[in-house]
Amino acid sequence: MTSQRTKVLAVVAALVAIAIVIPSTNSFVILLATRALAFAILVMSLDILLGYTGLPSLGQAAYLGVGAYLTAILATRYQFGLGYDFWLVILLGMLGGAALAAVFGLLAMRATGVYFLMITLALGQCVWGLAYRWNSLTGGDNGINLRVRPQFGLNLANEVTFFYLVLGFFAVSLLAMYVLVRSPFGRSLAGIRERELRMQILGYNTWLHKYIAFIIAGAFGGLSGVLWAHTAGIVSPENLVLTTSVDALLMAVLGGAGTLVGGVIGAFIVFGLREYLSTVVPWWQYVLGGVYVLTILYLPTGLMGIPARIRQRRARSKEAIEETKLASVPS
Amino acid sequence: MKHSIRRRLGSGLAAGGVALAASTAAMGQGQELRIGYVAPITGIFAQQGKDMVDGFQFYLDEVKNDFGGAKVQFIVEDEQGKPDTAVTKAKKLILQDKIHILVGGLLATTGYALAPVSTADKTVYVVPIAAADDLTQRDLAKYPYMVRTGWSSSQPSHPFGQWACEQGYKKIVTIGADYAFGHEVVGGFQRAFEACGGQIIQKIWPPLGAQDFGPFIPTIKQDADAIFSLMVGPMSLRFPKQLAASGNKKPVIGGGTSYDEFVLPSMGDEVLGHVSVLQYSAALDTPSNAEFVKRYRAKYGKVPSYYSESNYTTAQMIHKVIADNKGQFPGQEEFVKQLASLKIDTIRGPVSIDDMRNPVQNIYIKKVEKKKMFGYDKNELWNTVIKTYPNVNQFGQFKKDEFLASPVYSRDFPPCKHCN
Amino acid sequence: MDARFWLIQAFNGISYGALLFLVGSGLSLIFGVMRIVNLSHGSYFLLGGYVALSVIWSTGSWLLAIPVAAVTIALIGLAMERIFLRSLGFDPLRQVLLTVGFAFLFQQAALDIWTGNNFDINPPEALNRSVVLGGLYFPLYRVFMIGTALAIGIMLWLAMERTRMGAMVRATVDDAQMARGVGIDTSRVSMFIFALGAFLAALGGVIGGGFLSVYPGLDFEILPLAFAVVIIGGMGSLGGAAIGAVLVGLADNFGKALFPEISYFTLYAPMALILAVKPTGLFGRE
Repeated sequence: MTSQRTKVLAVVAALVAIAIVIPSTNSFVILLATRALAFAILVMSLDILLGYTGLPSLGQAAYLGVGAYLTAILATRYQFGLGYDFWLVILLGMLGGAALAAVFGLLAMRATGVYFLMITLALGQCVWGLAYRWNSLTGGDNGINLRVRPQFGLNLANEVTFFYLVLGFFAVSLLAMYVLVRSPFGRSLAGIRERELRMQILGYNTWLHKYIAFIIAGAFGGLSGVLWAHTAGIVSPENLVLTTSVDALLMAVLGGAGTLVGGVIGAFIVFGLREYLSTVVPWWQYVLGGVYVLTILYLPTGLMGIPARIRQRRARSKEAIEETKLASVPS
Repeated sequence: MKHSIRRRLGSGLAAGGVALAASTAAMGQGQELRIGYVAPITGIFAQQGKDMVDGFQFYLDEVKNDFGGAKVQFIVEDEQGKPDTAVTKAKKLILQDKIHILVGGLLATTGYALAPVSTADKTVYVVPIAAADDLTQRDLAKYPYMVRTGWSSSQPSHPFGQWACEQGYKKIVTIGADYAFGHEVVGGFQRAFEACGGQIIQKIWPPLGAQDFGPFIPTIKQDADAIFSLMVGPMSLRFPKQLAASGNKKPVIGGGTSYDEFVLPSMGDEVLGHVSVLQYSAALDTPSNAEFVKRYRAKYGKVPSYYSESNYTTAQMIHKVIADNKGQFPGQEEFVKQLASLKIDTIRGPVSIDDMRNPVQNIYIKKVEKKKMFGYDKNELWNTVIKTYPNVNQFGQFKKDEFLASPVYSRDFPPCKHCN
Repeated sequence: MDARFWLIQAFNGISYGALLFLVGSGLSLIFGVMRIVNLSHGSYFLLGGYVALSVIWSTGSWLLAIPVAAVTIALIGLAMERIFLRSLGFDPLRQVLLTVGFAFLFQQAALDIWTGNNFDINPPEALNRSVVLGGLYFPLYRVFMIGTALAIGIMLWLAMERTRMGAMVRATVDDAQMARGVGIDTSRVSMFIFALGAFLAALGGVIGGGFLSVYPGLDFEILPLAFAVVIIGGMGSLGGAAIGAVLVGLADNFGKALFPEISYFTLYAPMALILAVKPTGLFGRE
């Protein structure tokens, strides 16, 4: 339990450090950090499915898309969500994500394993197809420009203010998801991930558990989309392509599935490579591809798994040393 | 790729050179002019991005990075073909590199994404490629720091519609990529063609990036006199080929991107005789263009496309304004004002900018021919200019007020009265 | 919309389906034997086209380009399977991510080697003509695509039904554990199938290159279509892949001809529905 407390303290310390350090950097880094944090909420929502329930979704971008398009359409057509009603948009975004997940879940939950990957891929492509072709609603390929960020006492056009807002949402989401996975509900999800049949025999409605997890993940995906729409001020079908979903998966696995914060580290690394390293060197894409391949090959438990692996190895070598000591004792 | 490394090293050194630049400015030597450029360097649009950057760089190399005394720092950022990445990269250029002028953006959607950034951060945005009509039409007031040096999508279509009437075509079927750019090019053509008595009898919209035109070609109405196509990227290669294989005998005409030099060298003889329209052709028979084509080709191994020319010309225009100010950046408002009142001779011909900050320029009707040009010894495909419409503005033969009062061209505007 | 319209549309749909069969059958076999969702399959298609272009530029021979490209890519696939995928064991998620990592690497490498210019693979002049039957034009290249797919399909079927290797593959598809139990070297089967899949995809890339042209981004454009073929036909089933390819070709063709506005949705929504009703696809076995 004490180790759990250390971990929580470490995360809180890291958040405080981010809150202090980032705003003192230049505005470009602040914007990047804001984008990474907004996207990290999506990655964490995916981790609920992937790491805690054992459902690897390849269509998570769909929920980000719903939140983002909802925000953009409300803002540009109805001037809604640009003042205090921004909070309503947050709520609507989460409801939108949850509603879509409730529909998709009915279909996707029928498959498991590899088939779950495929069906979520197909569902994600459906949403992309609509965003891409439904010109009158989504602006098609042109996407939708938001132009202004909301103002309600706070002026979110200021990058630092907006950064703190997104950081706040991020912290609250992290806390909420942390509480969720440690609740009895979260523990039964883990039980399902490990041994679904056993949980069924014990009388759990495993389908319902998974379905609810799917909807919760959709809701946080929607939240992430609302914030995402305001980071760059543009929403386009490009946000919904297959590679966005793959990115989210990679970030979760890179950091370490089933750890929540691992996904955040993954998000920061990938955003760092894609949007910062690319301003420094032209061959950044090789680095990104290489990181993916090496992570999958050599870090099956992700970056968060490194301390445990080192501890294991140390323990093993200690054992080995003791064994040799024992062996060398003259009998 | 080598170029960009050098450029990036250059930009790193530039940071240290700011203080130096300030002192030279005091000596009346002109300042350091930082130009930030946003283009896709990786991803599926990388080659268009490279042509754009090459065009701009080509001009800079010619003048040795010297704009009338100002030393140009050219900083290129990779937008990866994603509009939101373009925004963050533009922010990087503006906030971190403190650029004076932002240039670039390939897709219309990138143009729409970058224009508001220029407004919010009060930075000049020069648009060489992104052609979305409304940037310089109905949305102009929102973007006071933006000037277009390229073209608006429907600008070449207006004279082309008239030209089609003069050829005696009465009924035309259009087939165009189904997105905003396609809608605007086709829409402009339809308005102009119908204004002089023609009829568009069918509009076919294959999705952007359509691979197989099999579903669309057989639906083309047989009583059409000609086919108008608007293709982009690899669609431009596939469509004429598949159309020819289906036994088509009708004349084929099209928007500029259908036959631009970006894809023309990869095309086969099936495009011979096809007619298209744009503000530039590599086969433009003027001494300055012949010179440009030969030097560009010697350096990059390919004939310049309109992506290259438009950026070369953009660099030239920025040079002119800075030189007029004795190598000083005159401030955003003043720079926009001066660039927007520019009259200049360019590779593509004389260009001036209208009061809605879009170029007024020659529009060329071009026919694909196989011939030797500019002293090259091989028979190659060239876009021979067969007619020039001088000084065409973005409204063409239409009245500006009426034009702006009607909605922007879309899938359903102008409505297809003669379909069915 | 007379009979001629339906006839020519059906012909177009089937010829497009023939191309999709070449890409889809390999993907389906790989999935059936190894349970790997191979997201770099589109890259094999694209790289096949590029290698063929290089061969044509240096030798001028289209006929030579086909086998060289297919074998080259098969070797790349083989190396990927031996060196990287095998060491992962059975873990669908990590396999997916690894193959997508490779897809990114291939994409950048192709851009650096062949530039991003759009190229066309020109087949011999004879194939560019059309045959006219009853006033209808049938492009010979499309006939050639159908013929190639038929020939490859029959060869694959014979190989699966009549050879020892084929029997081993079928046994592995049915039940890999049982196959290992009776002494089949499933690791070798996997290696063989992965290389074969890459071979077929590259073949599709060369033949498709004369029809779709070759350009960056083609990899991720063809990939979802190949998946649609596999999903509809059922994973690991050769016959399913054939039927799936024709169905997707026809659905795509008639969908775009008759209801152009919702063309992408009409492709993916049925895919999701089929998976929800029968996760293993129409002809797949669990």
